[in-house]
Amino acid sequence: MVKSDVKVLGFWPSPFLMRARIALKIKSVEYEFLEENLGSKSELLLKSNPVHKKIPVLIHNDKPVCESLIIVEYVDEAWSSSGPSILPSDPYDRAVARFWAAYVDEKWFSALRDIGSANGAEAKKAAIEQLIEVLVLLEDAFVKCSKGKAFFGGNQIGFLDIAFGSYLGWLRVTEKMNEVKLLDEVKTPGLFKWAERFCADAAVKDVMPETDKLAELKASAPPSS
Amino acid sequence: MAEVKLLKTWSSHFALRVVWALKLKGVQFDSIEEDLSNKSPLLLQHNPVYKKIPVLVHNGRAISESLVILEYIDETWKQYPLLPDDPYESARARFWAKFSDDKVFPSIWGVFIKQGKEQEEAFAQVFENFSFLEEELKGKKFFGGEKIGYADLALGWIAERVFELEEIGVKVIEKEKFPLVSAWMQEFLKVPVIKESLPPHEKLVTKMRGIREKYLGAAHPE
Repeated sequence: MVKSDVKVLGFWPSPFLMRARIALKIKSVEYEFLEENLGSKSELLLKSNPVHKKIPVLIHNDKPVCESLIIVEYVDEAWSSSGPSILPSDPYDRAVARFWAAYVDEKWFSALRDIGSANGAEAKKAAIEQLIEVLVLLEDAFVKCSKGKAFFGGNQIGFLDIAFGSYLGWLRVTEKMNEVKLLDEVKTPGLFKWAERFCADAAVKDVMPETDKLAELKASAPPSS
Repeated sequence: MAEVKLLKTWSSHFALRVVWALKLKGVQFDSIEEDLSNKSPLLLQHNPVYKKIPVLVHNGRAISESLVILEYIDETWKQYPLLPDDPYESARARFWAKFSDDKVFPSIWGVFIKQGKEQEEAFAQVFENFSFLEEELKGKKFFGGEKIGYADLALGWIAERVFELEEIGVKVIEKEKFPLVSAWMQEFLKVPVIKESLPPHEKLVTKMRGIREKYLGAAHPE
């Protein structure tokens, strides 16, 4: 274990928190996890992220890093000599990973949230169709990025696996609550198998919230943190 | 010889970031002006997901999304580094770049297309965002320190657009309230590579005036 002064401020159901935790696990970094009560944010959170007042925040040697994907890149760079690289080494592959991670946060996130906030059967159906369109694009991205290997990042989970995979808990909740299959063996075969591998990965399985516990939160969209 | 093309429009500030980055690094490139009302097959081929500019095409491979492009440029051409070596300083630069697009742009857009009470609310957002930028600039000439860097290129559109906005009667920033941000805007626009790439002023003012009138007209039809 790499010893260092690292704290992570988070809220357990947050997919954004999960990203930070997966990255730290990959790099074998020990850290103190501080659970935030989002209804009553701590002094430390407000001081560390005065601009957004949101989690996750990584505090390394008293210096705060905010925004989940920025945290993942930071962990990759700050502990570059520990464990495998999270981002690919080639600039073009890095650009592709960053492009799709940004797509996930923009299009995937809003599509997933729209299912939860849809009013009535018609709206729900339209929202589900929209999400499936997004998934089909991501399936294509998976095929291109993985190049026949297990993950977007190749043989090991990488930046884009973390960016997208962190939503899988909430995806399962949405499937359960709406009685619909979103990741489909026929429509999205690559992603279907990838999801199982991702959730079983050593860097992921201990930091992934249980679907049942998430469902109990009675929301089919992830919290905005 | 590496082949670099940039699909852009004359007025897009997202594309301008990429122009600035390429010029700072002395990278030769071909500009391909796009007509967004009639998108070229090349654009549709190279950015099928969003069908937007800017798109950088390097040795036949396309990269989209301006901030992603900036990082690609920085990692491919090592002269004039845009991001610092230090991981923490890099994280901060990326934070402010994201802040520019997630918060500052929507707030200034809000002020631009609204009037009356709605515009007042948007102004409050702008004020809050500028307060954060003012704090970040303490002890620094640029967001990148002594020289402009990644965060300056990401935020630089503010310096460029504020003057056009004033000319169409939308005053976004008061020098007395934000002396550091105001000074940064002036210094940024003085950098030769930045200055020489700015879109034609009058043409941009005319375009922006037209956009504002369109939105105000739509909100309050005769």
